[in-house]
Amino acid sequence: MCECCKGSKDPKFVKVDKFLSQFEGEKGSLISILQQTQREFGYLPEDVIYYIARKIQIPASTIYGVATFYAQFHLKPRGKYVIRVCLGTACHVSGANKILAEFEKQLGIKPGETTEDLKFTLETVGCLGACGLAPTIMVNEKTYGKMTPEKVNEVLQKYNEMETVAAAQ
Amino acid sequence: MEKFKSVQDLENLRKKLKDALASSKEKITVRLCGGTGCRASGSPDVHDELVKILKREGLMDVDVSLTHECLESTNKVDIKMTGCQGFCAQGPLMSIAPMGVFYVGVKPEDMEEVVEKTIKKGEIIERLLYHDPASGKTYVKRDENPFYAKQTRVVLKDCGTVDPASIYDYLAEDGYSALVKVLTSMDRKEVIDEVIKSGLRGRGGAGFPTGEKWLGGYKNPSPKKYIICNGDEGDPGAFMDRSVMEGDPHKVIEGMMIGAYAIGCDEGYIYVRAEYPLAVQMLKKAIKDCEELGLLGDNILGTNFSFKLHVREGAGAFVCGESTALTYSIEGKRGMPRVRPPRTNEKGLWDMPTVLNNVETFASIPTILSKGGDWFASIGTANSTGTKTFALTGKVNRTGLVEVPMGLTLRELIFDIGGGILNNKKFKAVQMGGPSGGCIPESQLDLAIDFDSLKKAGAIMGSGGAVVVDEDTCMVDFAKFFLNFIVEESCGKCIPCREGNKRMLEILQRITEGKGKEEDIELLENLGKMIIDCSLCGLGKTAPNPVLSTIKHFRNEYEAHILDKKCPANACTALASYKIDPEKCIGCGKCAKNCPVGAISGEKKKPHVIDQEKCIRCGTCMEVCPKDAIYRG
Repeated sequence: MCECCKGSKDPKFVKVDKFLSQFEGEKGSLISILQQTQREFGYLPEDVIYYIARKIQIPASTIYGVATFYAQFHLKPRGKYVIRVCLGTACHVSGANKILAEFEKQLGIKPGETTEDLKFTLETVGCLGACGLAPTIMVNEKTYGKMTPEKVNEVLQKYNEMETVAAAQ
Repeated sequence: MEKFKSVQDLENLRKKLKDALASSKEKITVRLCGGTGCRASGSPDVHDELVKILKREGLMDVDVSLTHECLESTNKVDIKMTGCQGFCAQGPLMSIAPMGVFYVGVKPEDMEEVVEKTIKKGEIIERLLYHDPASGKTYVKRDENPFYAKQTRVVLKDCGTVDPASIYDYLAEDGYSALVKVLTSMDRKEVIDEVIKSGLRGRGGAGFPTGEKWLGGYKNPSPKKYIICNGDEGDPGAFMDRSVMEGDPHKVIEGMMIGAYAIGCDEGYIYVRAEYPLAVQMLKKAIKDCEELGLLGDNILGTNFSFKLHVREGAGAFVCGESTALTYSIEGKRGMPRVRPPRTNEKGLWDMPTVLNNVETFASIPTILSKGGDWFASIGTANSTGTKTFALTGKVNRTGLVEVPMGLTLRELIFDIGGGILNNKKFKAVQMGGPSGGCIPESQLDLAIDFDSLKKAGAIMGSGGAVVVDEDTCMVDFAKFFLNFIVEESCGKCIPCREGNKRMLEILQRITEGKGKEEDIELLENLGKMIIDCSLCGLGKTAPNPVLSTIKHFRNEYEAHILDKKCPANACTALASYKIDPEKCIGCGKCAKNCPVGAISGEKKKPHVIDQEKCIRCGTCMEVCPKDAIYRG
């Protein structure tokens, strides 16, 4: 049995097969495929990249090249909650650095890193486009405006509590 | 709903929608802002609470307003979740028609009172109105508010009024009537002539005349052409395109369809930043609705015109705002710019001729075709016609999204609309045009805003970010901030941009740490000019602008850092000195205990002092002081 056929028995690859079929016949869909992969797995696992490369007949090196070019793609697992601290101009002049420093302090990680329990990932972003509320942060898809170093704790506590509730259930 | 087979089908529905609106004139409509800013401030919770109360009070049967299914709805009150209403910092915003009351900062717990007093009795709730800190006045209606009074809304006309998720709402506001006019009464060349007459220049930044760009596409005989809407908007400090895509997606689509008809193309893409999930969602919904009604697809409204539209999400790369990089990204490749010529309109997406415009450019098109090119050209200045939207942010009293006629002065924008500087601080500069732009100092506040005058002043229109900074911002640090962004976003293909900007950043870093050398300013200027001359694409060609413009207008700040080792704004940590206010100090000793180098001394219960020689300027003392007695000065 060849590698491909063996692969498709793996539930992980069955998942990939499912969404790959949506992109069949669509020109230039590589980035959309990688976005979908990341939505499914939270990051781009190495074996999935190889699997996709064989399936859509694009060299794995090309996929790797695309995945490392764009800021959105990640090759390592990420936290359940991705905190993105905006360092855009309006946020910068309103003290975004202090917000970032507070997150670093409280989580004990640097931007680009994930906490050991895979709960939080800390990132910085060029602009969230909510400049009127500077300084802003985003946790997954939710935006928080007018941040202060004091509010950092409130935000983290909220997600920690959500986790505790989820664990209890 | 059946597909429109002819123009008449569409007009029949429009008449029905308008009749329904007219017959319910007494009906109260609550418009709650659903832009990203107001959502972040909690407008979805306000919406849910209001719906709950209205249903309980028997004022509302169905949740949504003007959808086809509930044309005959018995709702006494309708709620519309609109796009960005502009006044972001005051959100969530709520306006109530027909009274025209405009509430700011509404919370779920205010809703009982809003229903009881304003909706049922028409009374005004004083505390929810906008109280202007600059003038001390209170404003009941939106358009009396000085933030809105000086604006002219063309692109944003329906943004904040219509429900972006409802195509019926857009149709009722005469949406797609420009498309109907174009398809039924104008040939392709006439459409382009009208756009040329309007004098519209591309709102993406460089200000290339839109009509001429379209004419190039029109003349190209290729059987396959593409049209692309650039919704990448990577400029930090800008969110106009986002607001338009989120708040009035149909206007962008209608503009693209008119463009596609004019240049003779049947397929298009909207390229949206990955950081804008709501914009993606709204655009996808709008496209789906258009397809279902037959406004997108084959033989639109029974004519020969066919058009297919796709949404592509960017994946986070500032350089993809550049046209050649953007087309590569749509093709699924790394978004690296290439040498031009050939230009994109000769060889673009999949090597086919491609016309690429910005969101705001397309959103201006329907109104231009409805009201005529001459009408648009009558607004603004001779060489920069029409209006321009700005994201006014930073240290101003009233921040938000504004649209003004070209030719308005910066002073009017910042002081009349923006209400002046926050906390009565002193204005220092306004940064226009993002990382490709520059800083404009106080001496040029009376500059009329248009493409050419901004360029002369060392800035650019860019996509329209206007970030105001006050005396507390260090201009060297500010330039460093933009350069830092550029260095991170440079694609690395060409050496001047990849290496040159990095070297400039290192020099700035050195200066802000007090290690600057006398020849650094000249070195920065020379390096900057070289990068502008030699870079491959617009990113590199404009990257040194923030540095060069701050040197031009704030040379004294650079000199203070280099020669006196001082930061005049007290913003650069390495150059700041920490001092203790003896009046406030209670002598608790916390600072001395926490100082990592033992630079603080003093007796218990008596004012302490910091030894400036020993101090490493870490700021720990300021953080731990319980009485705020330590300051930077």
